[in-house]
Amino acid sequence: MSTLTKPEGKKESTLGKMFKGNIRQYGMIIALLFIMLLFEVLTGGLLLKPINITNLILQNSYILVLAIGMVLVIITGHIDLSVGSIAAFVGAVSAIFMVQWQMNPIVAVILSIVIGGLIGAWQGFWVAYVRIPAFIVTLAGMLLFRGLTMIVLEGQSISPFPNGFQKISSGFIPDFSNMATNIVAVLAGIALSILYIITELRNRAAQRRYNFDTGSQALFFTKMVLVVAVINAFTIVLASYAGIPTILVLLFLLIIIYSFVMNKTVMGRHVYAIGGNEKAAGLSGVKTKKVTFWVFVNMGVLAAVSGLIFAARLNAATPRAGTNFELDAIAACFIGGASASGGIGTVFGAIIGGLVMGVLNNGMSLVGLGIDWQQGIKGLVLLLAVAFDIYNKNKGTSSV
Amino acid sequence: MSNNIILEMKNITKTFPGVKALENVNLQVKQGEIHALCGENGAGKSTLMKVLSGVYGYGTYEGDIIFQGKTCEFRDIKQSEELGIVIIHQELALIPYLSIAENIFLGNERKKGGIIDWNETLQRTQELLTKVGLNESPNTLITNIGVGKQQLVEIAKALSKEVKLLILDEPTAALNENDSENLLQLMLEFKRQGISCILISHKLNEISKVADSVTILRDGQTIETLDMHKDEITEDRIISGMVGRDLTNRYPHHESKIGEVVLEVKDWNVFHEQHADRQMIHNANFNLRRGEIVGIAGLMGSGRTELVMSIFGKSYGKKITGTLIKNGKPITNNTVTQAIDNGFAYVTEDRKNYGLILMDDIKRNISLTGLGKITKNTVVNEQEEVMVAEDMRGQMKIKTPNILQKTGNLSGGNQQKVVLGKWIFSGPDILILDEPTRGIDVGAKYEIYTIINRLADEGKTVLVISSELPEILGICDRIYVMNAGRITGEVSREEATQEKLMTYMTRSSS
Repeated sequence: MSTLTKPEGKKESTLGKMFKGNIRQYGMIIALLFIMLLFEVLTGGLLLKPINITNLILQNSYILVLAIGMVLVIITGHIDLSVGSIAAFVGAVSAIFMVQWQMNPIVAVILSIVIGGLIGAWQGFWVAYVRIPAFIVTLAGMLLFRGLTMIVLEGQSISPFPNGFQKISSGFIPDFSNMATNIVAVLAGIALSILYIITELRNRAAQRRYNFDTGSQALFFTKMVLVVAVINAFTIVLASYAGIPTILVLLFLLIIIYSFVMNKTVMGRHVYAIGGNEKAAGLSGVKTKKVTFWVFVNMGVLAAVSGLIFAARLNAATPRAGTNFELDAIAACFIGGASASGGIGTVFGAIIGGLVMGVLNNGMSLVGLGIDWQQGIKGLVLLLAVAFDIYNKNKGTSSV
Repeated sequence: MSNNIILEMKNITKTFPGVKALENVNLQVKQGEIHALCGENGAGKSTLMKVLSGVYGYGTYEGDIIFQGKTCEFRDIKQSEELGIVIIHQELALIPYLSIAENIFLGNERKKGGIIDWNETLQRTQELLTKVGLNESPNTLITNIGVGKQQLVEIAKALSKEVKLLILDEPTAALNENDSENLLQLMLEFKRQGISCILISHKLNEISKVADSVTILRDGQTIETLDMHKDEITEDRIISGMVGRDLTNRYPHHESKIGEVVLEVKDWNVFHEQHADRQMIHNANFNLRRGEIVGIAGLMGSGRTELVMSIFGKSYGKKITGTLIKNGKPITNNTVTQAIDNGFAYVTEDRKNYGLILMDDIKRNISLTGLGKITKNTVVNEQEEVMVAEDMRGQMKIKTPNILQKTGNLSGGNQQKVVLGKWIFSGPDILILDEPTRGIDVGAKYEIYTIINRLADEGKTVLVISSELPEILGICDRIYVMNAGRITGEVSREEATQEKLMTYMTRSSS
């Protein structure tokens, strides 16, 4: 009897361990799925309609881009309150380049991103080298760049942008067939699935080569099947509307690149180390000032990208653009499991957190809740998500 | 002066989990005397004073405290202060951005119906400042006055509480000679006014100057009480009381194969990070040889950590001057990265704050410094990383189920092994270990000594800083002694004795 039950018990415990280790991320994915399901029911099936899914992506892309940069800043133990203003400023400058000066859109976009980077360098300098708390530096930046936005725009909106530029946030990857469903999207889903399967298998093989515990085979394949199913369901939904939005490709690339950098490269390790214990990192040879500086430069660049996306979507640069973007981005990071004291957080988590906020916004609007209720509910969700996180953490330490 | 006893501590025993910090300690302080308390670091002086002042409340220790003829049961500091027992700790407990007057009456505010009476506060402060001879306005902020004056404010604060027994824990450790002298004079003045004092100090010259009697503690026990007036008590007499302990076999036997000189430090001067006019290291000169284990002995605050940290990529100090010569060539260690590239490693004395990233696992802590070795085109090879960490876990005998444990959850000994492993992985040839066995149990200590010996056998140079003299004597081939920012002596293994080291450690010049 006992010999029969033993292996089962062991299996259960590894499954439990795996779940426990990733409870933040799994917990948030489950919460996201739950919220989506809830609004799918409440809206009578509107939420998951292809057109709405496409809209969701377009509506949230600029916040998600900001969240990617913000999670890096938060992991280093800082905060950036200025990103909304930077986005507005860069949007305004790009409008002047393209609309007033008739500059080539590509040159204008590159120039705008460089300006974003310079703004990031300005803030990074004060935070990293002069050691002024980021809260203060970026609070100043929030006011400064909002003011500059109004100055360069002279209080007016500038529009319209050239057609090619607008395509950034309203364009779709062109299809080569004339069928009702978008073939490119479907093919992209299949290609992605294959790519995913290959990398997973290669990772597993590498782990085997080093004689690591690779976990249960059944679990591995279940996870793989689930992920492949989700990818293809998603692309098929997109295909049945207008295909893959251009912006989704950009977003996808950013997520992949930043996840890779944070998990696999020295730079990423150093960012986590600084957030975990800046003094110890410094004494271990991490160039803490330099890394902090570049994290802010990066934030400036992504804020510029976000500002360009937003300007393209609105087809105008306005003085009030980007208001409260910083708060949405910060909330996304914290909902996604980042720690306010630094050292903890993932790009993927921030994206999930951003999507939770996005789905909430979208779902509540579809249900017809007013902006007043929306604000309040989002506030509560943020609080509860972080409370859940802290509860888990405390529970985790006592049991170890 | 009458001979009646103001304080008697009888058979005090205090145990911490696993350690007996005090065992049947007896202390008698006479009315109006300055009573010095001596002993090595960890001998139990501070613990005894914490028992006396109520930091460790009644019931957490055994034995009796009799103050002015009455048995006392202090549950907190407040209760002992009410009777006039005031302790001034080594680290001053002043709030930097409050004024002198506010600090003196903090928690003891002069008030009428809940509203602070500033006139009385300022007037009383002025009186107290005159008493301690501090010529500053009561409204001056603490941050604007030097350490010496801050010490006087602490004393004024004690006086404001109608002090009968003043306890000073290393009061001159952070002071320069002038300020120290003033403080000693002030203590003598208090004595004339009938205030009794307990003085904890490592500076034997100060003790022989002002103390009436000396009680020596060693390993949590009272060794003896000496009357400074009756017998001819020399500094050597006190030292032999402090160290008279025989060495048991707590250190693995080791014969070093010592090679050529690897590092020479010449005319090394370092100033304090905040107070730019305070020189922390004065003209230090020393050298290290291949395969050698060198010790730096010295009391806390003697500048040992400051010396090595300033060498390790200027991690400490300002206005650092001097030359580093490694393998015959001058080198610069301006940043930690340069120091690591030059083959240095520094294992900090404060592993929790400066050594480890507690929220990260063992693997990531071990790989952090040497990340470059398992990196290709800036991408970390995670499989390689696991192998390295597993290897270190085996080498260092880190007792943990796996390398994914958070270092914050490990015991002190295992944490120290992780820090050591991390630096060994970075591949240094000069390892500086600052208090490598502080706060870890005897078994783990032995393992760490074994690791140190192995490193020396591999031809690396190990520099060990330790406050425990037996440890220094047990593992080092050669010992430098520091006191007050100066290297006051160099002793070879053969001629080293605790008495000799203690003499260099407490004498002010070489």
